[in-house]
Amino acid sequence: MSPIASASQTGVEAVGVRAVVARPPAALVAAALVGATLVLLPILYTIAEAVTVDFRDAAGLLFRPLVGRLLLNTVSLVIAASLATAVLGTAAAWLVERMDLPGRNVWSALLAAPLAIPPFVTSYAWVSMSNALQDFAGALLVVTCAYYPLVYLPVAAALRGLDPALEETARSLGESGWGCFLRVVLPQLRPALLGGALLVALDTLTEFGAFALLRFRTFTTELYAQYRTGLAGPETSLLALVLVALCLALLFAEFRVRGDARYARVGVGARRTSTPAALGWARFPVLAALGALAVATLGVPIGMIGYWLFQHAQAAISPAAPSSPALVQAVLNSVGYGLFGAAAALLMASPIGYLAVRFPSRWTVLMERAAYLAQGVPGIVVALALISLTVQWVGPLYQSPALLVLAYAILFLPLALVSVRATLTQIPPGLEEAGRSLGQNSASVAWRVVAPLAANGLGAGAALVFIFVSTELTATLLLSPIGTRTLATEVWANTSSVAFAAAAPFAAVMLCLSFAVTWLFANRLSRAAFAGWS
Amino acid sequence: MAHLSVNRLSKAFAGTPVLLGVDLEVASGSLVAVLGASGSGKTTLLRLLSGFERADTGSIEIDGQTVSGPGVHLPPEKRRIGYVAQEGSLFPHLSVADNVAFGLPRAERRNRRKVEALLATVDLPGSYASRAPHQLSGGEQQRVALARALAPAPKLVLLDEPFSSLDAALRVETRQAVSAALAASGATALLVTHDQSEALAMGLQVAVLRRGVMAQIATPEILYRQPVDIAMARFVGEAVILPGAVTAGAALCALGRLPLARPMQDGLVDVMARPEQIRFPSKPNADAPRARVLSVTFYGHDASVLLELEAGAERVMSLVPGYRAPRPGEDVHLSLEGTVMAYPRADTTGTESVELSPSRISQFPMQPLSVTALGIKENLP
Repeated sequence: MSPIASASQTGVEAVGVRAVVARPPAALVAAALVGATLVLLPILYTIAEAVTVDFRDAAGLLFRPLVGRLLLNTVSLVIAASLATAVLGTAAAWLVERMDLPGRNVWSALLAAPLAIPPFVTSYAWVSMSNALQDFAGALLVVTCAYYPLVYLPVAAALRGLDPALEETARSLGESGWGCFLRVVLPQLRPALLGGALLVALDTLTEFGAFALLRFRTFTTELYAQYRTGLAGPETSLLALVLVALCLALLFAEFRVRGDARYARVGVGARRTSTPAALGWARFPVLAALGALAVATLGVPIGMIGYWLFQHAQAAISPAAPSSPALVQAVLNSVGYGLFGAAAALLMASPIGYLAVRFPSRWTVLMERAAYLAQGVPGIVVALALISLTVQWVGPLYQSPALLVLAYAILFLPLALVSVRATLTQIPPGLEEAGRSLGQNSASVAWRVVAPLAANGLGAGAALVFIFVSTELTATLLLSPIGTRTLATEVWANTSSVAFAAAAPFAAVMLCLSFAVTWLFANRLSRAAFAGWS
Repeated sequence: MAHLSVNRLSKAFAGTPVLLGVDLEVASGSLVAVLGASGSGKTTLLRLLSGFERADTGSIEIDGQTVSGPGVHLPPEKRRIGYVAQEGSLFPHLSVADNVAFGLPRAERRNRRKVEALLATVDLPGSYASRAPHQLSGGEQQRVALARALAPAPKLVLLDEPFSSLDAALRVETRQAVSAALAASGATALLVTHDQSEALAMGLQVAVLRRGVMAQIATPEILYRQPVDIAMARFVGEAVILPGAVTAGAALCALGRLPLARPMQDGLVDVMARPEQIRFPSKPNADAPRARVLSVTFYGHDASVLLELEAGAERVMSLVPGYRAPRPGEDVHLSLEGTVMAYPRADTTGTESVELSPSRISQFPMQPLSVTALGIKENLP
């Protein structure tokens, strides 16, 4: 028997044996259960609050013009944004991956970069440029600019992964270029494309800051308004429940579309890449179009922030000078909360991810799925639920830094979990067993074998969570201790009061931070985290 | 150095039984090869021994201490069992020296001389200590893995197909190095493999695991020459199977009257010989069976020859030294060297009497043949 054949044969056997394994350690299960419970807490609370409303009252509260308008606004924007990003993202991915575009590497970086700009900053840039951009059109523009990389990245990765032999076969069977795209390429891109578009839909549903600045009313802005006016009560929970139901429906659709592909490792083998097609004369209009896209998504936010940085405060409608002590304080707060939030999310994700990877069973998979539910719960719902819970049951936690960190951990648990999982999957279980057979107990093996091997991957995951936490707006706005302001809340506060110049330094620092961390970890993120998350 | 005793060990995964009451004794300081096809449960047996899995029933004792049994499950790190995995499983973040020293007490981990001594036992130079695992060849990785397993002086060393990922040349060399290192350390060892020649070459004893049951435990020679049944005969090597009968302590078949390796009751049997037992004597007996060469597969050092017997048109395979391979179409005389095994016929399903009927016996040549008559004293050219 050839060595290759024998190795693969026994490999199959070994995998088969390891698919069902011994009972997991109790402490690990307990830790994972705590994490999963904390994630489910806001959802369960929202449901519990909503069902206290009398059925007839509930009907009256749900079937009123306000809810209808919110629903119309939200759903139409979600659909429009998904379609726009799907077309834009796929076209951009096709051009970069399959055409002889001049400067392909530069374009692929430029097209992914908008992901590092929080949508409310994009919103701030457009709003501060022109008052004309309001309502639906403005919201669609901002959301499309901010979220199209969510389609671009997975579709580009899928295009890279396609076997060019399939397209060549189709062409040899007499299919034209377009027919080949529609009949061979598009069906293979479907999981990536649909998954990306569903993520855009989900993020559009949960976005708050960008819409509030544009005065576009959605469920999230309405929930915030009710909270601010002190009207928050069971009716708010009812409204939140409608939003959560929409989100969860999208999330389940996304689970179904991606299936286990979400966990699959990105292939590393030396696959033959397709030869890029010649653009010919079309190269100039294509370059112009991509240039326009880059200007809209990157140029406008960066340009507007730059513009306001060098303007006198009076140039803005509402004059307010930026102060440097406030800037330093905001940077410290953002970085501090970013670090604690990332650590907490990773701490919560590690036991869940470890159980799911090393002890796959119905229960551990269920726990993991529960953790992923956090992705479908808007920050505003989590924040409102945590406020109500702490006010009612644990008063001292209300407006404490710990509660804010907990909220971050809940919100970004799925993100951390994707990294944890991807990292642990790459560590062969044989290494841990080798450690055990050499007389080391499980704690010692975790410290001497798993930790050093996972450090890189978990570090990249932590960096990603750090970016999201340090630029998070909604939960921070509602939960931060009195007097604590982060870069995000400063931008928000100044923009809300139309003090565009005062907001600029905070926005500039935030973007620098975000781009710097993204750039540092770009390679690892694109491999480990983006494949699953975005 | 320790005595291993496995009693009635059983394990099922999700309702599918993998091991069905396995018994195994490994004497102190010996090396037993566990041979099994893939899916026979051999990897599960190793994982139960090392403590990575929990047995459903049965017990495992090392030097009289129960490490696994009813209500007892010693964790892997308390068993003092060294484990060498298929892929070696060297820690990629540690140097060779740190890998080897991993299981040593903290105070000894920095002892460079000890590490170099351990590397020397697996025939690797001390200069390898500072290398990273990925800088080693597959065979070297396996040797480091063995040195690492031997470092904490385990009572028992388990080797899970340690050579299967190596290419043929490296495999022989690594096998020898591992054999020598194991012998030098005096450790009791259990080697799991699906490769028959590896099991026969390395094991002091070979235990064949078949569908979760130990089908035969014997020395390599007994296993090869006296397998318990025809399936076993085919599993541990090439086998020539001919219908025949046992009468008066000898087997009658198309190859003549042949001496039995094990005495058997009279009756219809399948006669089993090994292809290398079939020879083409240059000075054949007058009554030697004749055959025509159908095809020859030439391997270099030897050649396998497919023959059709003149009597009964049975086809048999013979293995001869390469330089003596006949040509296809040639007519040859055959002789059979050594003894054969006989197994009661599987197709006599009770309806037919096992008693020999004259008509059945008449199919076979009746000349009494002795070992000498079979051409043992053939003259080599």
